[in-house]
Amino acid sequence: MKIVAICGAGVGTSGILKVNAERALARLDIEAEVSATDVASVAIAAADAQVILTSPEFVDRLGKTNADVIVVQNYFDVDELTAKLEAALG
Amino acid sequence: MLALSDAGILLGRTAADWRGAVLLAGEGLEAAGFAAAPYGQRMVGMVEEFGAYIVIAPGLALAHARPGPDVVTSGMSVVTLTEPVVFGHPYNDPVSVVLGLAVITADEHVAGIAELANVFNDSSAIGRLAAARSVADVRAVFDVPGVSSFRERH
Repeated sequence: MKIVAICGAGVGTSGILKVNAERALARLDIEAEVSATDVASVAIAAADAQVILTSPEFVDRLGKTNADVIVVQNYFDVDELTAKLEAALG
Repeated sequence: MLALSDAGILLGRTAADWRGAVLLAGEGLEAAGFAAAPYGQRMVGMVEEFGAYIVIAPGLALAHARPGPDVVTSGMSVVTLTEPVVFGHPYNDPVSVVLGLAVITADEHVAGIAELANVFNDSSAIGRLAAARSVADVRAVFDVPGVSSFRERH
């Protein structure tokens, strides 16, 4: 299971998303590798990812993907991340 | 891991718009000695390029740019606004707290970011920052168990 968190620079925001996604996955007892990267690298980083986590701004920039795209509203809300990951993976 | 200096805590400021708010976060990083002047404009450039994605929670923007020669050392600044400003985010506008983040390398900041997540996983943290009246109020928000390395610098 591979999950990619996408932001503009691959610094800061995607790091927060990665940390909190890992917390949500631990709650769900799902094993997955979560990486953080910038939107310019998404084609490579997310080529074999099941899930892409990102902000509304980046949805149109992701291009063609087979991954489930999860749009996150509050990056600090582990409840929101847990519910959305559970819906995508469960 | 992420240093926070008293000089980089700007409380009760006003900004005409989101650009002004981001530049204040740059001012704080500069006053703290964490970044040089061009960094503020580079943080503005991130929003111009990608949109308001730095508004990552209701009322909170995490301003940042890529590592560069204008980053002196990794650290953060805190700006509170008397009048919240709109960034154009679909869910999280308006913003009353802007954190400025400067990092030397993308990898080295990971531990600091995890600590930042610890602080803000408490949903009251943003409101307490917005209401802070002193540097001590701000430090109290970041002073949570597991966050040992928001070290003080003078």
